[in-house]
Amino acid sequence: MKEFASKLFNKLDQRIIRYVLPSLISIVILSIPLINSPQKNLWVRIIGYAGLYIILGLGLLVHVGLAGMFDLGFAAFYAIGAYTYAFLASPHFNIHLPFLLVLVLAGSFAAIVGLLICIPVLKLRGDYLGIVTLGFGEIVRMLLMNLTNITNGSQGIFKLDKPSILVMTFTSGTFFYYFIFILVALLLFLLNRVINSRTGRAWLAMREDEDVAQMSGINTSKYKLLAFALGAFIGGMGGAIFASWQGSIFPDNFNMNVSINILCVIILGGLGNQFGVILGAMALIALPDILRGFSDYRMIIFGLLLIIMMILQPQGFLPRKAPELENKVLKQGKKKKEVQS
Amino acid sequence: MNIISSSNVTKRFGGLEAIRNLDVEISEASITSVIGPNGAGKTTFFNCITGYYKPEFGNILFLEKEITGLPPHRIAEEGISRTYQNIRLFNSLTVIENILAGEHTKLHCSFADSLIASKRYRMEETESIKRAKEILSFVGLSGCGDQLACNLAYGAQRRLEIARAIANSPKVLLLDEPTAGMNPSETVEMIKLIRRLRDKLNITIILIEHDIKLVMEISEKIIVLDFGSKIAEGKPLEIQNDPTVIEAYLGKKNSLYQ
Repeated sequence: MKEFASKLFNKLDQRIIRYVLPSLISIVILSIPLINSPQKNLWVRIIGYAGLYIILGLGLLVHVGLAGMFDLGFAAFYAIGAYTYAFLASPHFNIHLPFLLVLVLAGSFAAIVGLLICIPVLKLRGDYLGIVTLGFGEIVRMLLMNLTNITNGSQGIFKLDKPSILVMTFTSGTFFYYFIFILVALLLFLLNRVINSRTGRAWLAMREDEDVAQMSGINTSKYKLLAFALGAFIGGMGGAIFASWQGSIFPDNFNMNVSINILCVIILGGLGNQFGVILGAMALIALPDILRGFSDYRMIIFGLLLIIMMILQPQGFLPRKAPELENKVLKQGKKKKEVQS
Repeated sequence: MNIISSSNVTKRFGGLEAIRNLDVEISEASITSVIGPNGAGKTTFFNCITGYYKPEFGNILFLEKEITGLPPHRIAEEGISRTYQNIRLFNSLTVIENILAGEHTKLHCSFADSLIASKRYRMEETESIKRAKEILSFVGLSGCGDQLACNLAYGAQRRLEIARAIANSPKVLLLDEPTAGMNPSETVEMIKLIRRLRDKLNITIILIEHDIKLVMEISEKIIVLDFGSKIAEGKPLEIQNDPTVIEAYLGKKNSLYQ
């Protein structure tokens, strides 16, 4: 009886973690814009911005957390996505393509650039790759700053198109808020599938030991390129959303701090866990704004929190939880059981 | 028929010839041991077969097909798997995930398949997990499938390495010191496992080993390397009495005592 009770409790416990907690979190997130308070817009802005960092974090997670490719220049892909949006949907070149199309184009363009930067550095590992990507990030920012006749230099590009889907045009922050979180949910869903597939396991194997992965038959060059392109695609989409939300962009929106912040988000959240990114972004991006009440001391409090966190839980809030496969009831087996009972 | 034959293989590291003009022939479904003192070039030879090193001269044939210079993943695809001298598992993955990663070349579902969760993806996932469980029970690791690889006991980790290596149904398995650091009873179990790999799965086994008792018991052919060259080759009994082998291991009879 006692055993039965503990088993039941265990099962309930798992259900809470699997279903109840995520749905509670999503209800809270979804209901924030519905609150009728004068501070509503501020909250939408803060949490929505954290949501944008979840998207970026998921992109970087593919690079660092899954494929094990140390990337210190992720802001470059963010910038490429944002500037693609600015070129294709603004009076700057007088091109006005629809929002969703530009979103995909921005991602694709970032992915192509990602592939091009990845090809020459396929043989580099660890810190060396970090240095190359760090340089790449700065080069992109410098180009944006200095190619004044294309990018308008540090003056930036203004009056970007407001997003319109079909015939509706959206101007409010609430649209971006919901759009970002729908995209987050979609990305989480798809990434979860990919991680638990042949592709995802090839990435994880590569992260653990590149030589052994290759001698086990994994074409590491191919999977590195795929990971880099996918991460860059997600980053590029994030950039396009950022550009259309803010309405104007400047090279300084994409400096090295952004790359470091995104990296902190995924390290704090837990490398290799796509759900950890949510917690990481909330803690790193939303918390400093929420702590604004403490004005001068907020960065000190924030830094202290980070240090304490890394001492107590160095593998991040949510380390990767491996799927339990051995006792998983396979689909065919399950059907048989039902027939028996 | 020879499943692997190398002719004239030479691998240099700067001025050092790690292996020199090596001619080796391995017949199908045999158990062959490669022995020799430390630094004789045994592991280098394995690295040349698996494509991790590219030999300067010579060629290696696998089933009469040239594999010299192919990248490692292509050679693994052809059907040559290996284990490592120092255990090299994917430590933060579970035991089953290690085997699933080893099955990579046997599966075909692409990135796009997994994105849309196509029928092929779902079927392959079910199939591959099923096969992984079979391999688990074959090497005697049933029940620890969901543990992290790094949490396994030492002997179990060695078994898991073999499990991962046989997951893509190889024709040849290279074992680099499979019983290093094991106690006598674990060694006996390992000998049984190696025999079963050959008898049940018909895998050709090539192993590097320092435990001479094990080598004599299990091998059908022994190849002795010293300073990168083959100094002897033959059945266990012949090797035991070969004067050049005794010299390589124990040195020349000291003239002082004569």
